[in-house]
Amino acid sequence: MIPACRLADLPRGEAHRLDIDPPVSVFHTDDGELYAIDDTCTHQDASLADGWLEGCEVECPLHASKFDLRTGAVDSPPAKLPVRTHEVVVEDGMIYVRLSTQAPNLPPCVAARLAGGPA
Amino acid sequence: MRTVAVVGASLAGLSAARSLRKRGYDGRLVVIGDELHRPYDRPPLSKEFLAGAIGEADLALERDDEDLRAEWVLGTRATGLDRTERAIRLADGRDIRADGVVIATGAAARRLPGTEGLAGVHVLRTLDDARALRDDLARGGRLVVIGGGFIGAEVAATGYGLGLDVTVIEAAPTPLAGPLGETMGGIVSALHADHGVRLLCGVAVKGLSGDERSEMGVPPDGVWGRVDAVLLEDGRSIPADTVVVGVGARPCVDWLEGSGVALDNGVKCGSDGRTSLAGVVAVGDCASWYDPRTGAHRRVEHWTGAMERPDAAVATLLAHGATQPGVPRPPYFWSDQYGVKIQFVGHAAGADSVTVEEGATDDRSFLAVYRRAGEPVAVLGMNQPRLFTRWRKQLTADPRRFPRSAA
Repeated sequence: MIPACRLADLPRGEAHRLDIDPPVSVFHTDDGELYAIDDTCTHQDASLADGWLEGCEVECPLHASKFDLRTGAVDSPPAKLPVRTHEVVVEDGMIYVRLSTQAPNLPPCVAARLAGGPA
Repeated sequence: MRTVAVVGASLAGLSAARSLRKRGYDGRLVVIGDELHRPYDRPPLSKEFLAGAIGEADLALERDDEDLRAEWVLGTRATGLDRTERAIRLADGRDIRADGVVIATGAAARRLPGTEGLAGVHVLRTLDDARALRDDLARGGRLVVIGGGFIGAEVAATGYGLGLDVTVIEAAPTPLAGPLGETMGGIVSALHADHGVRLLCGVAVKGLSGDERSEMGVPPDGVWGRVDAVLLEDGRSIPADTVVVGVGARPCVDWLEGSGVALDNGVKCGSDGRTSLAGVVAVGDCASWYDPRTGAHRRVEHWTGAMERPDAAVATLLAHGATQPGVPRPPYFWSDQYGVKIQFVGHAAGADSVTVEEGATDDRSFLAVYRRAGEPVAVLGMNQPRLFTRWRKQLTADPRRFPRSAA
C-alpha cells in the first residue's frame, strides 16, 4: 500500500495527486467518500485532480470527459476508455492506496512518449 | 414519435443521437452526414493529428462497443426540409420522412475567393482537409497562415513544431480581439513572437500568387499550379510553400432556405434549441441559441456546446416543446498552442474590465477575470487548469456568487 496523505489534510471536494508513474489521485467527495483513480485522462494528457468534482463524477479540466469515480467508467466523451480504479484504505487517519494490477489506459500521446515514440 | 432524423453526423449530431437513446426514444433513428466518415473529433485536427502524434483511429468519437441502433446515411448532404411532407431531401434524390428533426449541419470554413484550384492552399475543417494539409506540411518550407484566430494560431504552432518557417497574417490590429478582447488577445497572440513566428497585424490580404501554367490549358486534375506567395494590400509579398486560410466559418443552413425554419446567422433558436417549426430543433455550430445571460442570440462554435447542448434540445423535442427552457452553461473553449493550454469561459464582449488575478502574463501562466459593473462575466486561463476549473465551476453555478478569489 502507498501512503497518500492524512485524511484531515484532504477536505471534501478536493483531490490529492500521488506523483508515481503513472500518477494516481485520491478524491474526497462532498458526501465524504474516498476514491482513487488514475490521474491521467485517457483522452489526452491532463490531470484529473485538477478537474471538476461533482457527486461521484470527475470532469477532466481540459476537454470535459467525465469519469465515474466508483467504476472508472466514461460517463461522457471525448474519452472512450475507462480509468483504472484503486482501493483506498484509511488507517489511523492516514489514507493509503492499493494499486490496481491492471494495465492503465493512457492517452495516445502519453503512451507514445513512454514507448519512446514521438511526444 | 416514430422516426427522428438527425441531420449532421459530427459531435452535435452524435450527442443528439446518444441523448435520444438515453432518454428512452426507441423509434427509428436516422443520422445523415455529408462526409463519408463516422463521427470524429475535430479539435485534434489542428494540433496532435496535424503534428502526427495521433492517428485517425484516435479521432473516432464512438466507442467500440457503442450501438445507437441508428441508420447512418453518410456521404450525402441534405438539400431541403419539406415541412408539409415532414421529409429531409437528400442530394442523392432520396427523401427521409421523419416526425422529429435535429438540425446539426455545422459550419463550413470560409475560403478566399479566387484561390480554388491553386495547390498548396488549404482550409482546415474536416478530416480530409487535415490529411491534405498534413501531407503538405511534411514538405517543410514556408507556411503562411492567413487569420490569427484560434485555428490559425494552432496551425501556426503545429507548423512551428514541425520545423517550418511560419508567418501569421491578421487583418485586425490585434488577433483574437473578438473572443478575448484587445488586451488579452494581444497577450495570447504574443505566443507567436515568443517562438520566433512572425505575426503581421492590421494588414489585409490582396491575393495569392502561384505558378499558373495557363498556356498549358486546364490540367487533368483541375489544379493550375502551386501557390508561391501571399500578396498583401500594402504591396508586400510573403513567400509561401503552403498557405492555410483560417478566416472563420459560416453556418451550413443554405439547405433550410424556404423551409419555414427561421434563420438569422444560423438557425434561430430558443435557449433549448427549439426552432420556429414544431418538431424541429437545432444544435451545434449551425444553431444560434438565445442566451438568457446576455439577452441575445449567439452562435457558439465550441466543442463543449456541441457536446452539452443537444441533450436539452432532445428533451424539448421528445416532450413536443412542453418543457421549460433552462439556462445553458456559459460557453467554454480551450486551445493548445506552443505547449501552452489556453482556456476561456463566458462572454468577453460585455466586459468593462479585465484583471489578472493569479500568476503573471509574462510567464504565460495566469488567470484573468473579465467583469461588467463589478460582476464576473468571463475567465481566461493560460496554463492554469486547476484554478481555471474552480472559477469555471463558480461562474457556471451562479454568476452572482462568484468569489473574489477562488484560490
